Amino acid sequence: MSADGPSVGHRATAPGSIRQAQQDPAWVRWGLISIAITVVVILVVIPVINIFVSALSEGFGVYCDNLFADSDTRDSIMLTLTVVPIALVANLIFGLAAAWAIARFEFPGRTLLTALIDLPFSVSPVVAGLMFVLIFGLQGYLGPFLRRDGYAVMPYLTSLPAVVVFIVTFFLLQPRREKERRGPWKHPKLALLAGSAFVFGLFCFGQQYFEVWPRNQSLKIIFATPGLVLATAFVTFPFVARELIPVMEAVGPDEELAAVSLGANGWQMFWTVTVPNIRWGLVYGIILCNARAVGEFGAVYVVSGHIAGQTDTMPLRIEKLFQEYNLPGSFAVASVLTLLAIFTLIAKIKLERKVPSADDHPAMRNAPEAGK
Amino acid sequence: MSIVIQGLSKTFGNFAALDNVSLEVPDGALLALLGPSGSGKTTLLRVIAGLEVADSGAVLHEGEDITDYSARDRKVGFVFQHYALFRHMTVAENIGYGLKVRRTPGAKIRERVDELLKLIRLEGLQTRYPGQLSGGQRQRVALARALAAQPKVLLLDEPFGALDAKVRQELRQWLRRLHEDIHVTSIFVTHDQEEAFEVADRVVVMNQGRIEQVGKPDEIYDHPATPFVYQFLGHVNHFHGRIQNGRLRLGDAEFPLSSREAAQDAPAIGYVRPHEIKVRAEANGAPSIVAIIKHMNTAGPLVHLELERADDGGRFAVELTREESRQIPLQTGARVFVELRNVRVFAEDNQALNPNLQAREETP
Amino acid sequence: MAGVNRQVLPGFSLTLGYTLFYLGILVLLPIAACFIKAASLSFDQFWGAVWTERARAAYLLTFGAAFVAAIANLLLGLLLAWVLVRYSFPGKKLVDSLVDLPLALPTAVAGLVYAGLYVENGWLGQYLVPLGIQGAYSRLGIVLVLIFVGLPFVVRTVQPILEDLDPELEEASASLGATRLQTFRDVILPTLYPALITGFALAFSRGVGEYGSVVFISGNMPYKTEIAPILIVARLEEFAYGEATAIAVVLLVISFSMLLLINLLERRSMRHER
Repeated sequence: MSADGPSVGHRATAPGSIRQAQQDPAWVRWGLISIAITVVVILVVIPVINIFVSALSEGFGVYCDNLFADSDTRDSIMLTLTVVPIALVANLIFGLAAAWAIARFEFPGRTLLTALIDLPFSVSPVVAGLMFVLIFGLQGYLGPFLRRDGYAVMPYLTSLPAVVVFIVTFFLLQPRREKERRGPWKHPKLALLAGSAFVFGLFCFGQQYFEVWPRNQSLKIIFATPGLVLATAFVTFPFVARELIPVMEAVGPDEELAAVSLGANGWQMFWTVTVPNIRWGLVYGIILCNARAVGEFGAVYVVSGHIAGQTDTMPLRIEKLFQEYNLPGSFAVASVLTLLAIFTLIAKIKLERKVPSADDHPAMRNAPEAGK
Repeated sequence: MSIVIQGLSKTFGNFAALDNVSLEVPDGALLALLGPSGSGKTTLLRVIAGLEVADSGAVLHEGEDITDYSARDRKVGFVFQHYALFRHMTVAENIGYGLKVRRTPGAKIRERVDELLKLIRLEGLQTRYPGQLSGGQRQRVALARALAAQPKVLLLDEPFGALDAKVRQELRQWLRRLHEDIHVTSIFVTHDQEEAFEVADRVVVMNQGRIEQVGKPDEIYDHPATPFVYQFLGHVNHFHGRIQNGRLRLGDAEFPLSSREAAQDAPAIGYVRPHEIKVRAEANGAPSIVAIIKHMNTAGPLVHLELERADDGGRFAVELTREESRQIPLQTGARVFVELRNVRVFAEDNQALNPNLQAREETP
Repeated sequence: MAGVNRQVLPGFSLTLGYTLFYLGILVLLPIAACFIKAASLSFDQFWGAVWTERARAAYLLTFGAAFVAAIANLLLGLLLAWVLVRYSFPGKKLVDSLVDLPLALPTAVAGLVYAGLYVENGWLGQYLVPLGIQGAYSRLGIVLVLIFVGLPFVVRTVQPILEDLDPELEEASASLGATRLQTFRDVILPTLYPALITGFALAFSRGVGEYGSVVFISGNMPYKTEIAPILIVARLEEFAYGEATAIAVVLLVISFSMLLLINLLERRSMRHER
């Protein structure tokens, strides 16, 4: 647990189970209720209404113009629609991998790893942005290199996925039974090392030979889209993993073990059993991650450079319009993000009932007898 | 031999779940692994299925060493204690899953699923989801799913554990008959001795990661090999005394032993079941000890007595039929004469008791 | 706790390897870069950056405002959780869901609208400003947005504990002659302490790092309404990377200590339950 958002487990209470001795006097009850409602109205309801009223204060036509006629605003919407999905997919894959490793296996450092995943929550977004400036910025550690011949890293970067593909294929093709393993599978470690090196070398060489990437040009990461993606991915890093770990633990490994004992391979088990079982938790994590990614301000602010039409995401656009005293325009963009927030909230409520939590499966026994 | 287990050991932390276990399971057997929780029976079953990896030892299947095979290559059917049915698949999809992942043609899968639905008598429920079935129905679907790919061995983990008493009774008989029909080598885990005796043709009693005894149900009940097995199979009274001339001596009385042990003059514990004790109002010359009735419960078909020995104050329980109890006037506080039948003495106890008693004799 | 054998379920080394790789590249490496940069400064440079009068004012405001807001959240959160668990009233479900809105609403939007509400001609400012209460472009404004941002934390940590509270505790207390107030003070409140502390710490650490909403409402006047993250941005805009990093490291160290504290508190409260 840590610094952002309580997790899914909680649901609304069923009232009516209040007993006589728990009953408070009516004046206390209604007094507290009215204070609570007042607090929520002042803190939440009035601001939300105000956003829409301010956005529409000059009529619906102006509102639409503010959103769609202003080319910089349009570009900011497009940029957000580019940056957020990339960060989201990256964190989704990570979340699935982390949840599988942590919720299904016991290994030294498991608790530490779980704590490290929460780390980005306790880093101020501005500091997060600063970190990437320190690495990729003009004066950063990689700055001089990126400016001189930045694209030189691309062959190596793009060769990495090729190596990953090679390793996965190697394991997928590996015969299950020890005695059927011949050729490269007889010495898997050696074969993997040599094969990876070969694939990596081949791809690097190939790309350089055919001059896929421009030479001696600067590759912009900070003050450009890649920096925005990195900063957004950092800030929303824990969301999917944090939602999935408890869900996977609650579901338990029994159905996956059943699938394996019925003859499914890893891939079949993952798609036919694991994913359907955690799908609501997955959707829930994606929605929360998405809300935070779209709304991220501090980290993105630092790495963006505020080039209108190029590196302004929607929240940054709100700030810029605000600084330009274009309040209706600013509120118009804000209203779109508010609608997204309200949608997120509705989806959250609908999903909370569907996500399995620990109390749904008291019968799920994860460990064999020794665990008791 | 269908399954041969050789010297399996497995520890969780510093808890020994399996301690050098060896076992042979004949072809077509219906075998029960019986033991209290923590005895290692479930771990043994999971190791056979490949769902747990033993630290040492081997599992052989029809002579082939399958110790290093993954669960999916072992061709075993495993029925989980809580069924582990895929909750998002229908009954038919659940049953057909093992065939689907092995890329069996659709028509063949449908044929086999229909056949199995008939076998488990759930025709017409193939489109239901597990959440819409009763516990007993889920149990049968889990069984059908495990059987679909025609496994060579069927493994069941506490198959009736999560069911209520009435359904459990029906399913026991059903499983017994099913085994007679399909005759696949089956091993099931249970902590309920009645269940093991009723369903299985061979019973393996386990305790603390070791096998205590293997045998037919009646063999095990009539000739328990160890004090643990004796105590695990029902209520038991302990009588501390001495072995003399092959008899158990309690005070002045000597009772014959049911086991033919070469017992010398030594302290011993006699084990007697509550229904193997005869109670009389007066001495009739037969060896007996004197006891006082401390409590009696006459509700139900049997009369339960709690007695206290007059000599050393040890308490023990007696069960009488109503018939027997009517022949003697019983009331709380009465003195009665007690005759023990079928007294058993175990060699392990003697070894454990001897140093104890020596110590007592040294410090009077 | 799960713990399936690695030889039984597939994918252990693949998923763990990828997790560590991604974590290392995206999170640990940048954090390390930050500390390495700070370590490359001489002590005087470092101290000169983190201990200026302006920086001290910023720390004081950052932690002071976050602390005051977290205290307010503690009280409001306890009240909301109590009302939502114990009473039924029309619109309860709506109130319950609205509590989560600050988690979903972009902080920039919150800052924008709060600034608009509390200025002199704003919906709330028109009544408050004549009374001398400056809600916008003031320290009060910072506290207000931090209360908004931290609202869900205490509610959502206290609510489940309150729901699970055994009614017999209160019945026992009542049958022993305690008044409702005594019961609340002596029986209910102590069982909520761990959740309250956790919620407080979560709201506080969120408040310390908050930037998006504050930047709109604070007016960003050095020494007066400038919080530490804003100071970092100001230093960055002067291309004073070293000084910015030094201040960032101070924030990081404090945040990580908070995280550690939260974890210790949670572990302790869990032990308490057993």
